[in-house]
Amino acid sequence: MDNLIALLIAAPLLGAAVLLCGGRRLDKIGHWLGTLLAASSFVIGLVLFADMLGRSADDRAMYQHLFSWIPVGGFQADIAFQLDQLSMTFVLLITGVGTLIHVYSIGYMEHDERRRRFFGYLNLFVAAMLLLVLADNYLLLYFGWEGVGLASYLLIGFWQHKPSAATAAKKAFLVNRVGDIGLSIAIMLMFTTFGTFAFGPVLESAGETSEGKLTAIGLMLLLAACGKSAQVPLQSWLGDAMEGPTPVSALIHAATMVTAGVYLIVRSADIFNAAPDAQLVVTVVGAVTLLFGAIVGCAKDDIKKALAGSTMSQIGYMILAAGLGPIGYAFAIMHLVTHGFFKAGLFLGAGSVMHGMNDEVDMRKYGGLRKYMPVTFVTFGLGYLAIIGFPGLSGFFSKDKIIEAAFAKGGTEGWILGAVTLLGAAITAYYMTRVMLMTFFGEKRWQPDAEGREPHPHESPKSMTIPMVLLAFGSVFAGGVFGIGDRFVTWLEPVTAFEHGHPPISAGAITSATVAVMVIGVGIAYLQYGRRPVPVVAPRGSLLTRAARRDLLQDDFNHAVFVTGGTHLTRSLVYVDHSLVDGVVNGTAAGVGGLSGRLRKLQNGYVRSYAVSMFGGTAVLIAATLLMRAV
Amino acid sequence: MNPVNYLYLAALLFTIGAVGVLIRRNAIVVFMCVELMLNACNLAFVTFSRMHGNLDGQIVAFFTMVVAAAEVVVGLAIIVSVFRSRHSASVDDAGLMKL
Amino acid sequence: MSFPLLTATAAVPAVGAILTAAVPAARRTAAKWLALIVSLVTLVLAGIVFARFEPGGDRYQLVESHSWIRDFGVRYELGVDGIGVALIALTALLIPFIVLAGWHDADPLETSSKRWRPTQGFFALILMVEAMVILSFEATDVFLFYILFEAMLIPMYFLIGGFGDRAHSGSDENAAAQRSYAAVKFLLYNLVGGLIMLAAVIGLYTVAGNFSLTEIAEARANGSLEMATSTERWLFLGFFFAFAVKAPLWPLHTWLPNAMGEATAPVAVLITAVVDKVGTFAMLRFCLGLFPEASKWATPAIIVLALISIVYGALVAVGQRDIKRLVAYASISHFGFIIMGIFAMTTQGQSGATLYMVNHGISTAALMLVAGFLITRRGSRLIADYGGVQKVAPVLAGTFLIGGLATLSLPGLAPFVSEFLVLVGTFARYPVAGIVATTGIVLAALYVLVLYQRTMTGPVKEEVRSMPDLRPRELAVVAPLIAVLLFLGVFPKPLTDVVDPAVRHTMSDVQRTDPQPEVPVQNVEAAK
Repeated sequence: MDNLIALLIAAPLLGAAVLLCGGRRLDKIGHWLGTLLAASSFVIGLVLFADMLGRSADDRAMYQHLFSWIPVGGFQADIAFQLDQLSMTFVLLITGVGTLIHVYSIGYMEHDERRRRFFGYLNLFVAAMLLLVLADNYLLLYFGWEGVGLASYLLIGFWQHKPSAATAAKKAFLVNRVGDIGLSIAIMLMFTTFGTFAFGPVLESAGETSEGKLTAIGLMLLLAACGKSAQVPLQSWLGDAMEGPTPVSALIHAATMVTAGVYLIVRSADIFNAAPDAQLVVTVVGAVTLLFGAIVGCAKDDIKKALAGSTMSQIGYMILAAGLGPIGYAFAIMHLVTHGFFKAGLFLGAGSVMHGMNDEVDMRKYGGLRKYMPVTFVTFGLGYLAIIGFPGLSGFFSKDKIIEAAFAKGGTEGWILGAVTLLGAAITAYYMTRVMLMTFFGEKRWQPDAEGREPHPHESPKSMTIPMVLLAFGSVFAGGVFGIGDRFVTWLEPVTAFEHGHPPISAGAITSATVAVMVIGVGIAYLQYGRRPVPVVAPRGSLLTRAARRDLLQDDFNHAVFVTGGTHLTRSLVYVDHSLVDGVVNGTAAGVGGLSGRLRKLQNGYVRSYAVSMFGGTAVLIAATLLMRAV
Repeated sequence: MNPVNYLYLAALLFTIGAVGVLIRRNAIVVFMCVELMLNACNLAFVTFSRMHGNLDGQIVAFFTMVVAAAEVVVGLAIIVSVFRSRHSASVDDAGLMKL
Repeated sequence: MSFPLLTATAAVPAVGAILTAAVPAARRTAAKWLALIVSLVTLVLAGIVFARFEPGGDRYQLVESHSWIRDFGVRYELGVDGIGVALIALTALLIPFIVLAGWHDADPLETSSKRWRPTQGFFALILMVEAMVILSFEATDVFLFYILFEAMLIPMYFLIGGFGDRAHSGSDENAAAQRSYAAVKFLLYNLVGGLIMLAAVIGLYTVAGNFSLTEIAEARANGSLEMATSTERWLFLGFFFAFAVKAPLWPLHTWLPNAMGEATAPVAVLITAVVDKVGTFAMLRFCLGLFPEASKWATPAIIVLALISIVYGALVAVGQRDIKRLVAYASISHFGFIIMGIFAMTTQGQSGATLYMVNHGISTAALMLVAGFLITRRGSRLIADYGGVQKVAPVLAGTFLIGGLATLSLPGLAPFVSEFLVLVGTFARYPVAGIVATTGIVLAALYVLVLYQRTMTGPVKEEVRSMPDLRPRELAVVAPLIAVLLFLGVFPKPLTDVVDPAVRHTMSDVQRTDPQPEVPVQNVEAAK
């Protein structure tokens, strides 16, 4: 059974290889092949899951050692896999949601002449993401980590003919690389501290080294997580990444890849548990991002960018929970899974709307779409209720637990974190209600586009609606299935350990407060966007709104410092290289040339003068010899 | 007779040859002067051989003669061919290799 | 007396070069095929060397030793260790692709005279370089190595100066002037380096009394050859300077962008992927092997220079407007990594550096040759002249991207393995240097992706619209290189197995051991 693990990765990898190298012959069947291989990976995942459930809780981890990857002295990196409950959760999420999105893409990308390649990239992504969660050591994880970065790069820039898409893809890769520095330094630190970087030995002996070392490792891992999971200060790429096709946004930039940072932190639980300072920083990053993303989400008129802000904010919740230690790990993962369902569903819904609206993304040009797209409306609506934490739906269970855990952190920190998570819940309710109202309610506001084509909103084909329906099911029920009776916590406990948090106020009070702030958020949004007509041209807005539309100016800062500053730096270095470094050499050469020009004058072409110099030289030599002898 | 006198003679001949090389322009004369210098050296070698009572100097003198003969052959050939092409045996005129 | 395999590996291309040069003017295609066949035979011989080499055996294997200049103790002495084997394999692997990629680069122009034979000369010179490079990887006699080190400049000079890139900006005369400037600069830089090395070689002879690397190293190790500290340092510096010019290390690097920019793409690959490797190889073999104490003494300064190379090379690469010069500066950055790995003096660093030499050769070849195909099509080296190539020539763009991703060390492709090893190896001894070097990771991504974005994506430029995609010959060049990159990225074990023992020997030469982990995990296997 253990040997099936490699097959999980091999299936989509084979798909990627065949689709990308296969050429035009495969254009007709490429998308079916890609979907089939993703689905077969899901089936293998289910088989392994069934097998895992059949064993006792402590004996569920499976291992497979393929071969030795980089054996150099004490540095031993293996291609080896570890499938435990945590990895299993991710495998099912990745392959399950992944397969649905493959199916959705069949319809969504139907008119794209490069559809085969799109499926090749999607398969590549699934393979790399599975490698990331199945690796049994940090270096192999890094392999998958960069692999998903590559797939993300290729997919964001899929419509490369648009300069904006190409720029967004490059930006995503670069910002991620900054995070990757963190991961590579963390691995180096592990190697010099423990002599290995395999999960088992590192995590087991984490307690044996100094707290300073562990804090350093933890902070470096956090840097990596910030890059991949779009956390402040490396969040700027996620909004731009929406340039990619919508299924990509749903799969990579909502459900799976961006949550890899959460996985990394939860996987390294033992390191963080022993480094409270690092944990504190993790929670702070999570808290800041959850507010940052939420505020940005409130101001965006682009439906995908609003959802991207929301993704950032929700991952902020997860990171915050992961920073709380054993009281939060399981809830971080639980929210990650439920978020995977409802956010993927929301994105697919947004894609369906765009599909019917000539790829218009500005919500101010939607309005009243519920009549035209009933299935999209219902599935999007269920996702909406799930994300704002409507009681009984999945978001409610997972988010409520995180808020509880935040309070349970204890002390002033606990109160602050709890308050931030509550505030975040209110803003979430506000911006999601805004998206919902602007898109599906009110009067129709669309107009003919520049070429005079009037959008004819229509429901999307079956291949697109079926995945949306299935994800909506997940959004509604997943939370209940996981949350009631602590099933999910029990399932993960052997891997992440679990402690019951004890919040300073009763759980019931927190739940009521959560529901109350949600109602307030929905109410404010309704007053602003439900009662009054939405202007087609965005009003100027307050200072905060304007800043939020520009991603709270963080991107402008990046541009001013790194892009403009970097350009000047490279330009001046090119100049230095040409004038100074090379100049020294050329100057020497010119000096030698000048000297030789002068010496050349001595060659006057008269044999006599050459003879004089010969005689003179000989005389001097003889004189010198005699003189030396005499002395 | 004191052998040192031969050395004085050799020095005198050498100086005459050297001055000739320096001040004359006719290639043939310059050439003769070079020969004169070589022969002055030969004389000195032979004298030294006599003074030290061994044959080393005489052997070297033979070498010099052989080299001088070879030099005459090559040198005269060059001078003749230069004279043919330029109708002049002046060493100052042959400055073509100068930059 | 067994078959002289090492001599044969170098002699085949040398003889091949002479035969290629002798092909009559009209039979140009025959000369090309002859060169290709000779390079393939050399590849087979190199494969045999690789197979015959026993990683667990003696340090130098397949040894050949003959007296050469008896009075000075100069011997024709050959032998390979794992590092040499790996680099011979790299050289023999790359030359067939260089030949194939340069198939039309030296075709005579319509207007040139019938008796003019540039094609024969071009391929003969390439084979000549191959022969000298392979022999220099085999030489264990310092004098023999020196001769080869200098002699390979001559064919390289003619390759750079005589067969320039036809895609140039401006007039033909201007291009010719630039080309000859680049060739002379290449020659002068390397000759100055070589001259200083010659002084050091003579110095070494007066101290040691012979030229045999193995004998001197042994005498140094067992104490029978004492060397004054200052003598050793001066000799070390003499050798190192020559190798640092060839490698090239900042601030001796400025000849490389000129040479790579003006030469044709295959010759540029020959410079950076093959010939420059002799410099880094020689640091590992001669600097560390002959002067261990001086090497340790100079380490801090060299690490700093290597770091400057890494960051500076990458930053200047970002600012380039010329595709080939960009790749050249990227190479300077990579050579910084190699030199840093060598002087970190850890097993990981030196193994990583050796693998880096191999992987950088292959990845730069892939990137540069595809760039060459691109440049030939459009007739311009300027990045700004391209745009949207991806749309018209997807295979070309795809292979260019893979070459670029290899250059930025993406995991899964070979350069990642070596770059990470170098970083880990450096970090273990010099944490700050290791951390500073990681910025190279980000900068590499920057210059590669900016290059890709500006040339391949965006709206299709008018001049690019009719650009044909890769032809079968070109695909035959690129596809195997990419396959090798992928293979070595996932399974570098065949290479590490060979390199590892050699590195251990080098480590024992300099009497250094790896830093031990703070909390060693007692039994990694048991923990699993």
